[in-house]
Amino acid sequence: MSEAIVTEAGEPARGDHDHGDHGTLTGISNNKLLMWVFLGSECLLFGGLISAYLINRSRFHTGPAPGDIFDIPFTSVSSFVLLMSSLTMVLALSALQRGDIRNNRIWLLTTALLGSLFIGGQVYEFTSFLREGLGYTTSPFSSAFFTLTGFHGIHVSVGIVMLMSLAISSYRGTLTQKNSETVEIVGLYWHFVDVVWIFIFTVIYLVPSPTS
Amino acid sequence: MSEPVAELTSGGGAALPLGVYSRPKGGGGWRDWVTTVDHKKIGILYGGAALFFFGIGGFEALLIRLQLATPNGTVVGADLYNQLYTMHGVTMVFLVIMPLAAAFANYLLPLQIGARDVAFPRLNAMSFWLFLAGGLFLNFSWLVGDAPDGGWFAYAPNTGVTFSPGHGMDFYAIGLQIAGIASLVSAMNLIVTVLNMRAPGMTLFKMPVFTWMILVVQFLLLFAIPVITVALFLLLFDRNFGANFFNPEMGADPLLWQHLFWIFGHPEVYVLILPSFGIVSEVIPTFSRKPLFGYEFMVFSGIAIGFMGWGVWAHHMFVSGIGPISIGAFTLSTMFIAVPTGVKILNWLATMWGGKIRLTASMLFATGVVSMFTIGGLSGVTHAVSPADTQQTDTYYIVAHFHYVIFGGALLGFFSGFYFWWPKVFGHRLGETLGKWNFWLMIVGFNMTFGPMHILGLNGMSRRIDTYSPGFGFEFWNLFATVGAFVIAFGVLCFAMNVILSARRARGLPPEPPDPWDARSLEWFTPNPTPVHNFDEIVEVSSLDEFWHRKWTTDENGRVVRRATAAEVCQTGDADDVHLPSPSYWPVVVAAGLPLVGFGLLYNLWICVPGTILVLIGVYAWVFEPPDDPDGPFGGGHGDEGHGDEGHGETEESASDESAPQEEAASVE
Repeated sequence: MSEAIVTEAGEPARGDHDHGDHGTLTGISNNKLLMWVFLGSECLLFGGLISAYLINRSRFHTGPAPGDIFDIPFTSVSSFVLLMSSLTMVLALSALQRGDIRNNRIWLLTTALLGSLFIGGQVYEFTSFLREGLGYTTSPFSSAFFTLTGFHGIHVSVGIVMLMSLAISSYRGTLTQKNSETVEIVGLYWHFVDVVWIFIFTVIYLVPSPTS
Repeated sequence: MSEPVAELTSGGGAALPLGVYSRPKGGGGWRDWVTTVDHKKIGILYGGAALFFFGIGGFEALLIRLQLATPNGTVVGADLYNQLYTMHGVTMVFLVIMPLAAAFANYLLPLQIGARDVAFPRLNAMSFWLFLAGGLFLNFSWLVGDAPDGGWFAYAPNTGVTFSPGHGMDFYAIGLQIAGIASLVSAMNLIVTVLNMRAPGMTLFKMPVFTWMILVVQFLLLFAIPVITVALFLLLFDRNFGANFFNPEMGADPLLWQHLFWIFGHPEVYVLILPSFGIVSEVIPTFSRKPLFGYEFMVFSGIAIGFMGWGVWAHHMFVSGIGPISIGAFTLSTMFIAVPTGVKILNWLATMWGGKIRLTASMLFATGVVSMFTIGGLSGVTHAVSPADTQQTDTYYIVAHFHYVIFGGALLGFFSGFYFWWPKVFGHRLGETLGKWNFWLMIVGFNMTFGPMHILGLNGMSRRIDTYSPGFGFEFWNLFATVGAFVIAFGVLCFAMNVILSARRARGLPPEPPDPWDARSLEWFTPNPTPVHNFDEIVEVSSLDEFWHRKWTTDENGRVVRRATAAEVCQTGDADDVHLPSPSYWPVVVAAGLPLVGFGLLYNLWICVPGTILVLIGVYAWVFEPPDDPDGPFGGGHGDEGHGDEGHGETEESASDESAPQEEAASVE
C-alpha cells in the first residue's frame, strides 16, 4: 500500500523500510508484538482484580453470601458459550487465511454473536443478583465480584466492537486475505479474554464459596 | 482495515467519507508541535512539560521548607500543608522524573538503536498528550482549592470519603489514571521499537546501556502500571460509587491498598532510577575515555534489578502488621537487591579508574549521581533491617533516604544528560561555567537540605507533620535544611539562565560540529541538531560503541590511534528522500477527551458525554485517517501502515477503560 502511494505522488521509494509488517527483528510484526505486549500487561490488571476478589470473597457482611447466590449451572452454560466463541474465532481466521471471505464473515459474526450472548447472560445474572439483594455497595464481596466480572465484561464488549468493525470492513470489501493478520491480532485479544474468563470462572464459581 | 480507505482518499483527493480527514501538513509554528509524531519533537515536549512541572513541584518544596524553617511555623496551615507535601511528591514522581525519563527515552532510544522513529509514532504522540492531560488535571485541583491531601501513596482508608471528603483524592486517582495510560502505551511502544527495529548488526548485547536500562524500565512499567490502575479504580469506586474495598466498617482489609500500591510502587522506584543509571553509563565512559567496565555485568545487573524489584515491595509495610515470616522474607530480598545496585556503583568507579577524566558539567553531575546514590543506597540498606526500620518508618530519615536516591540519583542523572545531549538536541552546548555553578550549588544545597534530615529522623521528627514545637532539638537542622533548599533553588536558576544565555549566544552561529564529546553511541552519527529524518543511511553495526570504533583503533603496540575524524564518520544529514510518517490531529484529540471524562466523574456525569464523544471521534478518525500525506515534506507510506488497526484496538481499550467505570456505575446506581 505504501508503495502505491509513493508511486502516485511520484516520489522515489527507498528500499530501507526497516519497519513495517515484514523484516522485523523478531519476525513478529510490530502490530502483533504490540498486542502480545499489551496482553502481558493485561495479565497484571486481572491479577490485581482477582486478588482483590479473593481477599474479599468471604466478607459479605450482612448481604448474601457467594455460596448462596451463585447459579453455577447457568454461568457454566454462558461460560461454554464464551469458550465456543474462541473456536469460531479460529475458524474465522483460518477462513480468511484461505481467502474464503464469505466464511470469514460468517464466523466473525458468529463470534460476535456468542460474545453478545455471554454479555447478555452477564446482564441477566447481574440483574437477578440485584433483585436478590446483592448490590454493588452491599459488601466488600459484592463490590469485588461486580468489579472483577464487570471489567471482564467490558473487555468482552470491546472485543465485540472490534469484531463488528472487522465485519463492517469485510462488507466494504476491505478485509482480504492479505490483511488476515488484523483478524489474527483481534483473535489474540479475543482468546486472551476467554482464557482470563477460565481463571475468573474457576476462582469465583468453581472453588467452593463460603455460605452464610 | 484502514488500508483501502487510505487508497480511496489519498488517490487524487477523492471525496472523503465522513470522519476521514487528510493528514495535517504541518504549517509551521505551534501546529507542527501539536500534530507532530516525530519522536524527537515528542521528546522535547516531554522535557519541556516535565521542567514546567519541576518548577511547580520545586515551588511546593520551598513552601514546605519555609513552613518548617522555624518551630510553630505559620506560613501555611495544616490542611494546605497536607496538600503541599502530597502534590510535591506526586508531581516530582509522576510529572517530573518519569516524563524526564520519557523525554530522554523518546529522543535517544530510536537514535541509539539506529531507527528513524518509534514503532507507533501516533501512539507515541498520544502518550505525551495523555501525560500532559493527566498532569494538568492533577494540578487543576489547586485552582479549585481542593488538591490531593492523602500523601503520594494515598493509604486507604485515610483517603476515603470519610477522612478526605473533598475532591482532592479523586483528582489524584483520575489524574494518575490518565498519566498511567500514557506510561503504559509508551512502554508498549518502546518495547516493540527496541525488539523489532534495531539497526542491522545491532544485537541486544550491542545496545548502549542507556537503551538497555530504558528497555528494562518499560517492562517494569508494562507490568506495574496495571496494578496501580486496579488500585486507583478501587479507590475511585469506593469514593464515588460506594464500593467497599477499603471500608473497615464492612470488614474490608485496608492492607489491600498498601499491597497493590507497593507492588506497583517498588518497581516504580526502579522506573525512576534506572534511566538515570543508563545516562550515567553513557556519560562516564565518554568523559573517562574508556569503555564501560563490565558491560555485560552492567546490563545483567539492570535486568536483575528489574526482576528482584518485584519481590521487595512489603519492606514499605514492615510496621503495617504483615507478620514475622513476611518481614523476614522481605528483609532478605531487600538486602539482596542491594547487590546488583552495588555492582553498578563499582563498575562506574572502575570505568573512571585510570581513565582520562574530563570534568565537564555533565561528568560532574554523573559523579554526583554515583556518590549521592551510594549514600542513599546505604541508608536504604539500613531500612532493609526491619528492626531498625521500625524506628525509622515515617520519620525524616525516610525522607532523607528517598531524596538521596531520587534527587541525588535520578534527578542529577537527568541534569548530566541535559549537559551531555543538549548539543545533539538543540545544536549548541550549554555553558560550562554556569553549568559548574549549577552543579556545585545543587550538590551543596542538596546535602545541606537532606543530609540533616537523617539526624532529624533518628532524633524522632516525624515526616508529614506540618509544624513542631521548640525544645526537641529540631530547630537548628530544620533551619539549615531550609537554607539548603534555597541554595538548590539558586542552582536550578543557574540552569534556567544557562538555557537562555546559551541559546542567545548560539543565535546566528553555525550549529555545534558533530561529536562534541568524542562520544561512543549511534546517535552521534547524526549532525547537530538531529535532522528530522535522523539517519541519512541506517548504520550497519558491528560492535558495541560502534561510533567510537569507527573513529579509533589500536596500533600494533596496543595504543589507541585515530582512524578517522568525527567529521569523516558523521553523516551530513542532507538526505531528502526519506519517508517519514505524517503528522496527525487525533492523538491530541483523544488525549483531550479523557480529562473531560474525569471532570464528569467529579462534578456531573453529563460532562462525561462530550469527553467520551471526543475520545470516540478521535479514535475513529485515527483509524480511518489516510496512512500518509503524499504531498507533505518527507511524504510517503513509511512506517505508518497498519497502525490504524492497532491504534484502534489500543485506544479503544484505553477509551473504554476510562469511560467504563462511569457506565458501570450508572447501571449500578
